[in-house]
Amino acid sequence: MENRKSEYMNSYLAGIFLGLVLLATIFITGRGLGASGAVKSVVVTAVSAVAPTHADNAAFYSQYNAAHPQPLKSWLFFEVIGVLLGGFVSGLISNRLKFKVVRGPRITSKTRLLMAVIGGFLFGLGAQFGRGCTSGAALSGMAVLSAGGIMTMLAIFGSGYALAYFFRKLWI
Amino acid sequence: MGPLVPEIIGNELNLVVALLLGFGFGFVLEQAGFSSSRKLAGLFYGYDFVVLRVFFTAGVTAMIGVIILTHFGWLDLSLIYVNPTFLKSALLGGVIMGAGFIIGGFCPGTSVCAAAIGRIDAMAFLLGTVFGVFAFAEGYPLFVGIYKSSFLGNLYVFDALGVSRGLFAFLMVAMAIAAFVATTIIENRVNGRKSSGYTENRRYFALAGLGIFLGFVMIFMPDHRSRAIAFASGADWQVEAESINRMTIDELAFRLIKRDRTIQLIDVRSPDKYTALNIPTAVNIPFDSLANPEWRDFLQKKGVDNIFYADGEETALRTAVLSMHLGDNTAALILKGGFESFQENILAFSDEKSSREDFTEEIYEFRKRARTELDILRAEAERVPEPVKKPRTIQGGC
Repeated sequence: MENRKSEYMNSYLAGIFLGLVLLATIFITGRGLGASGAVKSVVVTAVSAVAPTHADNAAFYSQYNAAHPQPLKSWLFFEVIGVLLGGFVSGLISNRLKFKVVRGPRITSKTRLLMAVIGGFLFGLGAQFGRGCTSGAALSGMAVLSAGGIMTMLAIFGSGYALAYFFRKLWI
Repeated sequence: MGPLVPEIIGNELNLVVALLLGFGFGFVLEQAGFSSSRKLAGLFYGYDFVVLRVFFTAGVTAMIGVIILTHFGWLDLSLIYVNPTFLKSALLGGVIMGAGFIIGGFCPGTSVCAAAIGRIDAMAFLLGTVFGVFAFAEGYPLFVGIYKSSFLGNLYVFDALGVSRGLFAFLMVAMAIAAFVATTIIENRVNGRKSSGYTENRRYFALAGLGIFLGFVMIFMPDHRSRAIAFASGADWQVEAESINRMTIDELAFRLIKRDRTIQLIDVRSPDKYTALNIPTAVNIPFDSLANPEWRDFLQKKGVDNIFYADGEETALRTAVLSMHLGDNTAALILKGGFESFQENILAFSDEKSSREDFTEEIYEFRKRARTELDILRAEAERVPEPVKKPRTIQGGC
């Protein structure tokens, strides 16, 4: 038996499937996919629960709470729960479920985790300025041809490439 | 037809839909290999461009899909959420996210997916995003200036560049294909491989080619709504107008007085003329705004005949043809003799019998009564609020 070259799906086929999921989302709901918005729901919910007075006084939380009476009952939060389940089932089928730290060959797991937190921090922060992340701004923005979404996309990849040289030790 | 939310799918069911679509999203991301941060980072070092391929294929697929659905009138673009453009904030955010990508190896969506299959670095990344959002929230008073500056509206990229949607979509597909070819060459060079492995992918190329071809046919052909408007504004509309029936002024008056609910009146004159005087219960929809999506529900009401009237018959006929082309109720009628005839013979019916030799006693009595009855109807109709026009609110964004 010949071994399959790649354990992952053909990338063009996966892209078409992903595009169809996005298209279905637009057709059914009139909006695109997202991810960082769910993190925002969680943060606002947590802050409102821990420090309600602060949440009432700070503009960011109070505006968000006014627009979303129940942040965790939001579309994006449910969608991200779905992503979690979908990813899990896919990993189960393809036998990839395993607790591990994926890292470049020249760094320790500890460095990798620290960098992941820092990277996540930057992404979380940037997604607020960009009004969405790779999913909500770049991918969905591209589907509906939003100028802002496409500019954010170019900026994400442009900045990634510009900085790649300086962080090469992390990956290669 | 689309989007289905909130008219066809309610808000509660929408959350179930969110869960299902999210499932599909997560499943495909994981299958594509987006759960591996090394694969994601490979994009920036040339050893693995899978992210670029999946990402652009998905974007182009969805873009062409949106164009096809819009073309057939199945999707109403004016109801789709288009991310607003705040120039500086969008660029700044993108630059920060790019740094986050190269340092953290994920973006939020892929990190959720990778965390689901047990990648601890993904969990750390997610934790980081929580801190990042929190930092923005706490620093909001500092950031709000740049966050809200240089607002350009819900701008389309092709409008920003001053080209048509079709041309931009064409360029986008061309760019994606060029990128696919270039990255494969780079990838093979970096990894020291020779063959591209393309031969086994022929089926996929055939499929993609078909989709792209279909997309282009649609892109360069006007959509459903534009075609209907072009037809009704062009020279051939009269052929179809021949099949449209005319309702006499007396029949209309009779059915209005009977409070007949199987007809609805559409006044296609200008809003000024409509406000000055109209036939009771008529709704004002001039020719130019008939194609607007907010009128479809009203004009497609089941079991109801639409009766169009204007000054004279020609504008009413033209509008009825347009309405039928837009898929509204097929039983469109127009008022015989137009508004003036109704106004002169019914609304402002003169008691002087002498000037009217051409009709019977019966009609004389009817019209006299109709004049008063229609005044009562008008008073009633004015108490009822405007029946239609409910622009749907668009929700979206992260």
